[in-house]
Amino acid sequence: MINFVLRRLGLALLVSLTVSFLSFMLIFLSGDPAVAIAGEGASMADIEAVRSQYGFDRPILVQYFAWLGQAVQGNFGNSYYFNLPVTDLVADRLSVTVKLGLCGMGFALITAIPLGVIAAMRPNSIVDRTALLFSVVGQAIPSFWFGLILIVVFAVQLRWLPASGTDSWKNFVMPTIVLGYYAMPAIMRLTRAGMLDVLNSDFIRTARAKGSSELRVMFKHGLRNAIIPVVSLAAVQMGFMLGGSIVVESIFALNGAGYLAWESIARNDLPTVQALILIFSMFYIVFTLIADVLNACLDPRMRSS
Amino acid sequence: MTSPLLSVRNLKVDIPSGSGTLHPVRGIDFDLHRGEVLCVVGESGSGKSLTSLSLMGLLGRTLERSADRMEFDGINLLGASGRQMRKLRGARMAMIFQEPMTSLNPVYTIGDQLIEALLLHRRMPRAQARARAVELLEKVGITAAASRLGQYPHQLSGGLRQRVMIAMALMCEPQMIIADEPTTALDVTIQAQILRLLYDLVREMDMAMILITHDLGVVARVADKVAVMYAGELVETGTVAEVFDQPLHPYTRGLLDCIPQPGKTGRGEPLGTIPGIVPSLVGQVDGCVFRTRCTQAGPACLGPIPRRSRDGHLFRCVHTDGYAPAETKAI
Ligand SMILES: Nc1ncnc2c1ncn2[C@@H]1O[C@H](COP(=O)(O)OP(=O)(O)O)[C@@H](O)[C@H]1O
Ligand SMILES: [Mg+2]
Repeated sequence: MINFVLRRLGLALLVSLTVSFLSFMLIFLSGDPAVAIAGEGASMADIEAVRSQYGFDRPILVQYFAWLGQAVQGNFGNSYYFNLPVTDLVADRLSVTVKLGLCGMGFALITAIPLGVIAAMRPNSIVDRTALLFSVVGQAIPSFWFGLILIVVFAVQLRWLPASGTDSWKNFVMPTIVLGYYAMPAIMRLTRAGMLDVLNSDFIRTARAKGSSELRVMFKHGLRNAIIPVVSLAAVQMGFMLGGSIVVESIFALNGAGYLAWESIARNDLPTVQALILIFSMFYIVFTLIADVLNACLDPRMRSS
Repeated sequence: MTSPLLSVRNLKVDIPSGSGTLHPVRGIDFDLHRGEVLCVVGESGSGKSLTSLSLMGLLGRTLERSADRMEFDGINLLGASGRQMRKLRGARMAMIFQEPMTSLNPVYTIGDQLIEALLLHRRMPRAQARARAVELLEKVGITAAASRLGQYPHQLSGGLRQRVMIAMALMCEPQMIIADEPTTALDVTIQAQILRLLYDLVREMDMAMILITHDLGVVARVADKVAVMYAGELVETGTVAEVFDQPLHPYTRGLLDCIPQPGKTGRGEPLGTIPGIVPSLVGQVDGCVFRTRCTQAGPACLGPIPRRSRDGHLFRCVHTDGYAPAETKAI
C-alpha cells in the first residue's frame, strides 16, 4: 500500500513538473514578452530595459527554475493588468470556485448514487426510466439556460434566492444545483451500470445464500464494488468543476477563478493565466492522486498489482 | 420411519420469455432424510442448479417457482416470508456453488466473509466468531489459518477458495448443505481431495447433503441415494445399489455406459454415448421426456408415463415390465 502511494506520488510530481514547464512557456507563446510589457510604441531601449529588468535575457531554463522557485512559494509575480500580486488576485477568487465545486460535486454525488442504485435494483421499471429521463435531460440542457430558468423562477418570480453575488450561502444554492446537475448524469449512469454488473456476480448470490438482508446485499456487497469506477469519474469531474465552471460563475456573477481566467486571457494578462493554468492543473493532478489512493483503499486487487 | 428433513413434491420452475414459457424443472418429487447424502446426476441443462436454487429461495425475480409441497424440518418453504427464508439460509441450509473463483466478494478479506456468515445469525463477540472461522479453516485443511483471515480472495487459488466456501457454508452448522458441482471448476488433481473433505465433514457433523455431480464414480462412493435428472424431470431415484446395479430407466443405463468400468470395459473398446440432444424446454412435453433419444422408443412412450416402483426404487418408463405402479412419489 505504502509502495503504491509513493509510486503514485512520484508520478504526480513528474506530471506537475511537466505541466509547470508548459505553463511557464506560455509567456513566450505570444511573441516577445518584453515587447508586450513595454507596450505599444516603446523604443528599442525601453524594450531592452524591460528585458533585463524582468530577466528575459537569461537562458530559458534559468528563467524557468527562477519562476518555479517563486511559484512553489506562492509567488507568481505581478498581474500585467492590475499590477497587483497575482497570488492575492487569485486567492480570493479561488475560494469561491472551490466552495462552488465542492458543493456542486456533493450535490451530484448525493443525488446520483442513490438514484443509480435504485435504478439498478429494478431495471426498466418506472423508477429506472424516470432516473434515465432525468439524466438525459441533465446532459441535454445547457448550463446557462438551466441557470437562467432557475433565476427567473426562484429569484425573479418567487424571490426566494438572490440572483447574483457571493454574500451568503443562499447565493450558492442555484449555482450548486446547476453545476451539480451537470455532473450528475454521468455519475448516475456509471453507478447504475456498475450495480447492474455487480448484482449479476456470483458473490452477490453467495451473500444472499448466507442470509444477508437485501439492503446489506445492495450496499455492503453491491455498491462497495460498483463505487470503485465512480470514484475515478468523480475525481476527474471535480478537477473539471474547479477549473471550468466559467459558465456558471458568469451567470450568477460569482467572480470565481474560472471567470478570472477567462478575463485574463482576454486581457493578455499572462502571469495570471500562467498561475491559474498551473493551479487548475494541480487540482486535476491532486484529485487524480486522491482517486487512485481511494481506489487502492477500496479495491485490494489494485494494491497488489 | 421419521419424517424427512426435506420433502419436495411437484416442484416446478418456469421462465417466462418472449418465445414461450420455458419449463426447465417439470414437477420433481424427492425426500431427503437427516444425515443422508443424495446425489443428483444428469447432463448440463437438465435443471439441477435451478432445482437447488429454488430450494434455497435464490431464484431470480424473473423465474417462477411452484410446488405442491416444499417442507424443510417442518417449515413450509412455500409460504415462508423473505425474512423467514433469510433466517434459514446460511443458518440451517447452506449452499456451495460451482464457481469458487467468483463466489467470494473480491473487496473483503476471507476472515470478514467467514465471520459475516456467523454474525448474520448468531449474537456473539467478534473475537469468538473469529475463533470459529480459524477453527473451520483448519477443519477444511487450510494451513496457517489465522494468517489467512486477512487475505483477499484474489490471493488464493481456486482450490483454496472452494475450501473457504465450504468453511463458510459450515460456519453455522446447518442441517442441510447443497453442493452444486463443487469441484467441476477445479483442477482434476484436487477434485477428489475437496470432495473427500466435504463428504467427511458432512458425515462428521451429521448433516444432510444434496450433492450435484457429473462424476458417477463419486456417486458410487458417497451417495446414500441417487436421483437421475433429465430435461427437468427425475427419471429414476433409488439407493446407489438399486440404481447402479439395476438401472431401470434407459437414460440411466445410457449414463452408466458412458463410464468405463474396470474389469468390464476392455482396452480400446468404445464407451457408450447417448445420441441426440436434450429436448426443447419450451412448452409441455407429452409422454416420456427421453423418447427422442431412446433406442426403445415406441407408441406407448407418447402416452402418460406412470411412475413405477420396486421397493423404494422409482422410475418413469413404460418399458420395464413386472413393476408395480408406485404408491409413493418419493423414497
Ligand atoms: N435465468 C435463466 N434464464 C433463462 N434460462 C435459464 C436461466 N437459468 C437457467 N436457465 C436454463 O434452464 C436450464 C436448466 O439450467 P440449470 O438448472 O442451470 O441446469 P444444470 O445445472 O442441470 O446444468 C438450462 O437450459 C438453462 O439454459
Ligand atoms: Mg448447474
